[in-house]
Amino acid sequence: MPIEHETLTNFVLPECDGDVLQMHDLHFAYPDGHVALRGVSLSICEGEKVALVGPNGAGKSTLMLHLNGILKGEGDLTIAGLSITEDHLPVIRAMVGLVFQNPDDQLFSPTVFDDIAFGPLHMGVPEDEVRQRVSDALAAVQMKDFGDRLSHHLSMGQKKRIAIATVLAMRPGILVLDEPSAGLDPRARRLLIELLRQLPITMLVSTHDLRMVQELFPRMIIMDEGQVVADGDTDELMADIALLTAHGLEQP
Amino acid sequence: MLNSPAPLHIPDGFLNLVISLVFWAATILMVSLAISRTNKALGEKQIPLMGVMAAFIFAAQMLNFPVAGGTSGHFLGGALAAIVLGPWAGILVMTAVVSVQAVLFQDGGLLVMGANIFNMGILTAMVGFGLYRLVANGNRGLRLATAGAAAWLATMAAALLTALQLWLSGTSRLEIVFPAMMGVHALIGIGEALITVAAIGFIEQTRPDLLSIEKTADSGGRGWVIAGLVVTLLAVLISPLASGDPDGLERVADNIGFLDRGLDAPYQLLPDYTIPFLGETAISTIVAGVVGALVVFGLLILVGRNLRRGRDA
Amino acid sequence: MHAHAFDQYLYRDSFLHRLDPRVKVVGVLALILSNALLPDGSWAAFALVWLALLVANDLSRLGLWFTLRRSFVALPFALVAVSAIFSPNGTPLAEWDLGVVTLVPTNLGVIRFVSILVRSWLSVQMAILLVATTQFPDLIHAFEHLRVPRVLTTTIAFLYRYMFVLTDEVFRLIRAREARSAGLPGKKRGGSVLWRARVTGSMAGQLFLRSYERSERIYNAMIARGYTGHIRTLNPHILTNRDWLVLWAVFVLILVIQMVGWLR
Repeated sequence: MPIEHETLTNFVLPECDGDVLQMHDLHFAYPDGHVALRGVSLSICEGEKVALVGPNGAGKSTLMLHLNGILKGEGDLTIAGLSITEDHLPVIRAMVGLVFQNPDDQLFSPTVFDDIAFGPLHMGVPEDEVRQRVSDALAAVQMKDFGDRLSHHLSMGQKKRIAIATVLAMRPGILVLDEPSAGLDPRARRLLIELLRQLPITMLVSTHDLRMVQELFPRMIIMDEGQVVADGDTDELMADIALLTAHGLEQP
Repeated sequence: MLNSPAPLHIPDGFLNLVISLVFWAATILMVSLAISRTNKALGEKQIPLMGVMAAFIFAAQMLNFPVAGGTSGHFLGGALAAIVLGPWAGILVMTAVVSVQAVLFQDGGLLVMGANIFNMGILTAMVGFGLYRLVANGNRGLRLATAGAAAWLATMAAALLTALQLWLSGTSRLEIVFPAMMGVHALIGIGEALITVAAIGFIEQTRPDLLSIEKTADSGGRGWVIAGLVVTLLAVLISPLASGDPDGLERVADNIGFLDRGLDAPYQLLPDYTIPFLGETAISTIVAGVVGALVVFGLLILVGRNLRRGRDA
Repeated sequence: MHAHAFDQYLYRDSFLHRLDPRVKVVGVLALILSNALLPDGSWAAFALVWLALLVANDLSRLGLWFTLRRSFVALPFALVAVSAIFSPNGTPLAEWDLGVVTLVPTNLGVIRFVSILVRSWLSVQMAILLVATTQFPDLIHAFEHLRVPRVLTTTIAFLYRYMFVLTDEVFRLIRAREARSAGLPGKKRGGSVLWRARVTGSMAGQLFLRSYERSERIYNAMIARGYTGHIRTLNPHILTNRDWLVLWAVFVLILVIQMVGWLR
């Protein structure tokens, strides 16, 4: 039984024309008939850090796969003004750095170096610059000396950070992370939060970790049943206990 | 060691050079075909799918179940891989598994790797998939029963060929190695069959789309059925000959000029192993070996070139 | 069991570790080929090969007896060669009457048997030294340079990466099976063999589906980073003069070994 939601209008979004990401009335159904997105609209501006929350099955991961052209739904979607077409795909995939939830899926190469080099190499970046980008990305996630390491020797927290490095090396315009803090022990989680805080890059992060949302993200989007049910200032939305409870969320 | 599912991983030193090179050539041919066929069928998904499926077979070989008296049934996976992924993909996956076992764990030798891949990957795919394909349109019970029989026969065929290779290399006496290999693998094959059937049954229940008839039909047709039947028939024909009358088999081999003089000079079994005009000297044997190695190497380069050209086109 | 149990590489700061992986691969393959070419009973040549192995062990700083200690992997397979002892050719050494059959070991048979074992044992040690001194990803790179088709090397690279992940899954499955199959002391546990095989088969099926789904997620992760069907890698290895020198030295060594083996 779907819950009817009133759209929240009692907040003012910052002035923004959605220069990084614009999505209007996006619909998507999987081949088996399961409808995952029912008219999602949102926009993200340069420099914003946005959290995407909601229960499992709300459509968060499906939405993220659209940002990279892996899934193609009905509706308007532009990344940095570019629509998602075959011609634009290489640019869009370089623009949008997508980090998957399970780092064992994201890190598919035997060594850390090979994995971070994968993105730049497939963008056609020349070899010398690839090496430079790999060491820059490793430095950005504070794992300078890990290039020669084998991926299966890393801890969960290290894998998560290397997974972020693999997309940072592509110098993306927006970082899209799926559950970055899931499965981390408190220390690794703390390291990750500090890392996300320091990265000077536009971010859209899907998560169940509302304490992290409160700490890091000024703006929060709540999704449920394939729809955006709230989009606004994190502190205001967090104060609305009725709204949180209605969508299976708990105030931190 | 970690996993020696069955005494089928031949180490270096147990096959002579000619047998090793002959099977390298056959393996290279089949694997190159497998590479281009799976590429056509799977496109860009080929690499992640084949790679993870190879890891799946590798990991599945660690599954064992206690049978009796402290022994346990192990799992090779060649037939299962060919049935669920199609024969070409199955070959590619088993090639990767056997190579890693040889290179990383010394489970099987390097010079004899061609023979090991052929026995455990190509032959099992032929028998496993060929027989299963024959009844792909039948009902569930028939298909599962055939899958089990195919898995057992694939194991037996692999054991038989291994025994023959060892005998032709002058490593083992046929009348001893044949019953030993076949006896052990008749038992191992039962475990293989049971696991294969249960695994296919499970996959059919949860994701029938992965085993659809259309997919099976796409991945290989009559050729595989024939190959499967021929190998099975050969195995059935050779087996009684080898067990009941090993001298008979040796005589047959003798008559068709396959074996020159039995076991008296085992390391130069095949007549072609020497270059005629050089005479049967040490030098000529070395030259023959080097020529053989060059042939295989040349074949590798040619195949590699063709593959690349095919991909660029 | 932890993933590290699979790691064969042992780090040392040694000459052999620094050597280009291509040189090591070609050298080891050539030496194993050379072992196969040596005639039965060429003890002097076998001894020479072993001496070279000891020197290599020493150069690797893994200890003089490192490969020897690990070389018993192939030993069980020696059983299949035992029958060679009773080769009908050669002079009989004894007659063992076992009631059903009479076994006659011959001198040529014994020489053959021992030669097979020695060849195998030497070759296995060479392979052991290769993987102990070379990281597996470097080995894959080397095979790529040696013209092994990239589809195969990449598949192997994926196998290497995911065998750790999937083996962990297998052990989780086995642990879950064991947790649910506790038996009372003195009672037979876990049903019939057939039932046990079925449980194991279902585990294999489950593992297959998980792996299949994982491969789709990996594929997504790959195309998200610009993959279009061609795998590109850097070519970090450059052969130095020293590498070439070692390669030539190996070939000269093989020539000497073969001469010792054949000319007597």
